[in-house]
This record gives sequence, C-alpha cells and structure tokens, in this order.
Amino acid sequence: MIESTLSPEAAVFREVIPAGDWWIHEIKKGQALRILDLEGNQAADTLFFSAADPTERYSADRTIQEQAALYLTTGTKLMSTQGNALLTITADTCGRHDTLGGACSRESNTMRYAHDTECMHACRDSFIRGAQEWNIEMNKRDLGPNINFFMNVPVTPDGQLSFADGISAPGRYVEMRAEMDVVCLISNCPQLNNPCNGWNPTPVEILIFQLNHVAPSSKETRSPNHICP
Amino acid sequence: MISHSLLHQRTLHGAGMWSAVVSRGKRLRLTDIDGGANVGMLLYNALERTERYNMPDTLKGQHIFYLRAPYCLHSDMGRLLASITHDDAGWHDTVCGHSDAARVLAKSGENNYQNARNDWNRNGRDCFLIELGKWGLGKKDLVPNLNLFSKVVSDEKGHLSFVSGNSKPGDSIELRFEIDTLVVLNTCQHPLDPDPVHRHRRVKLEVSAGDPPASDDPSLTVRPENLRAWENNQTYHTLRF
Repeated sequence: MIESTLSPEAAVFREVIPAGDWWIHEIKKGQALRILDLEGNQAADTLFFSAADPTERYSADRTIQEQAALYLTTGTKLMSTQGNALLTITADTCGRHDTLGGACSRESNTMRYAHDTECMHACRDSFIRGAQEWNIEMNKRDLGPNINFFMNVPVTPDGQLSFADGISAPGRYVEMRAEMDVVCLISNCPQLNNPCNGWNPTPVEILIFQLNHVAPSSKETRSPNHICP
Repeated sequence: MISHSLLHQRTLHGAGMWSAVVSRGKRLRLTDIDGGANVGMLLYNALERTERYNMPDTLKGQHIFYLRAPYCLHSDMGRLLASITHDDAGWHDTVCGHSDAARVLAKSGENNYQNARNDWNRNGRDCFLIELGKWGLGKKDLVPNLNLFSKVVSDEKGHLSFVSGNSKPGDSIELRFEIDTLVVLNTCQHPLDPDPVHRHRRVKLEVSAGDPPASDDPSLTVRPENLRAWENNQTYHTLRF
C-alpha cells in the first residue's frame, strides 16, 4: 500500500464516471492519472493506447511477462504490445489489480451465466463505443485484454482461477504516471452477474495531475471527445 | 489414438511457422519430437477474423489458469474455436505471451541471419506478424496467445515460475476445431524459458479428418459454460450454413 503525495486539490482535471458509462481521454507524458473507487469494490475496466499510434496498445501478456507476476500494483510498468512502458503505477491503496479477467461482454455472459443474460449491459459494448468515438479507424480489433483496476482474481499454485470478493473499499485509489502520451479508455463495469462490483455497480472518479511543474490555475475543460453513451 | 484419416503432415524445424484454415471437425495434432518445445498459437474465426482466441474468456469461463484436456479454447464472441481432445503434457500456458526481438537479444545475444543463416534467433512477435500478414491481419490482431507444451505456475502472491521439462519427447496435444478456424503458430522459445541458449526444437504437425462432437463430449460437459458456448456455435452454424 503506497499512498500518493499529490493532493486532490492539485488535480488539473476531475470527473466522475457513473456506473456503466465509458470515458476516453488523453493523458500526456508527465501527467499522472488517479482512479478513485468512490464507494468500494467497483471494477474499472481500463485500456491504454499510444496517442501517436493506437496500434501500439496495452498488453496484458507483455505486462505479466515483464514483471514475471500476475497482479498489478505500485511499481508495475504497464507495457505496450511493442514492449514500451505506457505508464508506471506510482501509488496504490488497494493492493493489487487484475489483468487476466478481461472485460465482460454480452456474448461471454451467455457462455458464463445463461443465454438470457445477453440483454444485460456489458463492458465490451462500452469499449466499442468509446473507441469508435475517439478515432474513426478504431473498432473491436483494437480491444485487447484490459486491466481491471480494483478487481480481485486470485490464481492458486495448482492453477485454479476465480472471481473473488473485492479487496477494495470506499476511497481507495490507484495512481500512475504516463511514460508517453497515452489515450485512456475506461468502462466503469456494469456487471451484475458476479461479485466483481460487489453486486452493485457504483461510480469512480478520475483525477489527472500535472507532474514536475506548477499545476495550471484553472482546471482543464472537459474533453470534446467525451460523449456519454 | 488417431482413428481418423490423416490429411496432411509436416515437421516444423527451427523457429518454424505455419498458418492454415482448418475446417470444423478436423483435428490438429502437434507432437514435441525432442521434448521442451513451445508452440505459440493464435486462432481466428476463418470467416470473421475479428473473432479471435480470447485468453480471459477461456480462463474465466472455465475457472482455470492454464489449458489441458478436455478444456476448450474460447473466442471473444461466446463461442468455442477448438477443444483439447488429447494431451500428454497436462499444462499449457496462455498468460505469458510471446517474445520479441529485444527480449531475445537481451537473453541470448546477437545471432543474426548474416552470421548464422537459418540457425539465427527468431522471436514470437515477428513470426506471428509474418503469418498474420499473409491473411490480411496485423498488429491489431495480435492478442495473448497459447504457449502449448509450456508450464508456468503462480505462487500465492502471483509471482510466476517457468517449469522446465514439462513436455517430454513424443508428447502430443490434439485440438478438434469447433468452427472453421484460421490457425497461426510458431515454435519460438517461451518468453520466460530461462535457458540462455535459443534452442530450436522440432514439432510434428498432423491434420486429420473428423466429425463434430456429440453433446455428451467430455470437452462440452466439463463445464456448463462450454455447453452454452457450444450452443452458441450451433446457432452460428445454423444461421450461416
């Protein structure tokens, strides 16, 4: 558990993402992104892309390979498909985060739970809409396995895997420093069929900080690319 | 074990690469001739290539961290791409991805084509991209792959260890395809294999004819999720063909 030295008042950008919504925004190199679990046990499904070339994107397998470990926490480098660090986690009051579980989709819900769950809102639909709005060239092909901040997916030494009750709580957060200009796409998970959101999806708050020099006096305006579904 | 007629066979040498469309019901058997092989593999719906092997859905759908018989390989669309119908090694990794040129250079040193000719060191990323390129696919389509024959275990804190010697000479794995599938594979070393020597191990590849499974097939009954995914395959096939 490593706390941040940054005060929320110093943020250059703050926005609450309601449960089930998506959010997409650029984080510049030298900025820090904080994701705050407002009410506890809320999975924030998160993808990153290089702002310069979105075919370079977050890679769950490359991140696992780099640290030879499954869970993400302070010190983890979030690696790209091309072997570059996109961001580094610099503070974490939750303790660990998942990158094996991927996102829920309406299609995988039919496989995992029941055919009649197909109508239920799911992260992959949010990711598709966010990617489409950000860049006309982006679509489902751009969606690799994501990070599930605040989600607990323990793996046992004999190779079992489960979705366990969250280890997050109200007010816990994770903070990361951008190592290049990146685009962050979040689906604030609407899943109701397992305990990843404590059976009750809730909002998360986004804070962006400017590192290494005095923060601007006025807060950034809302990104023109943000269009709520 | 093979009761079905053999349609095609070849042996991959060096950092061998192979890609092919294999239709529903056919079997692909891979045999680790020398022991200690690694086969990096990706699968796509041959007709809709945005549908592809999905590591998270495969793992969470079956509550497993690794693959073995009789488990299935799931796509991102709630369907099955393939089932593991035979397996000697008993543990196949799918979370560690593949090597790239920088990683191979850092671990094994310079061994380029100019000096070593076809004994040069190759890497999983380049091999995947080369074969994907031949089917109109590319960087966007490169997702976490299977590492057949390789075993990586996690401790309680999530730290990973590569287990050497998981696959013995002659061990084989057989996949039955549940949908017409584009198979893309290579025999590059596993990215966490600590062996500093970039070894090339031979893998025999055989494709044989076969039929789709019955609904009481072990791969479908091992998890209720697999049966529901199979029902999604049936809907897809009914509507399409």
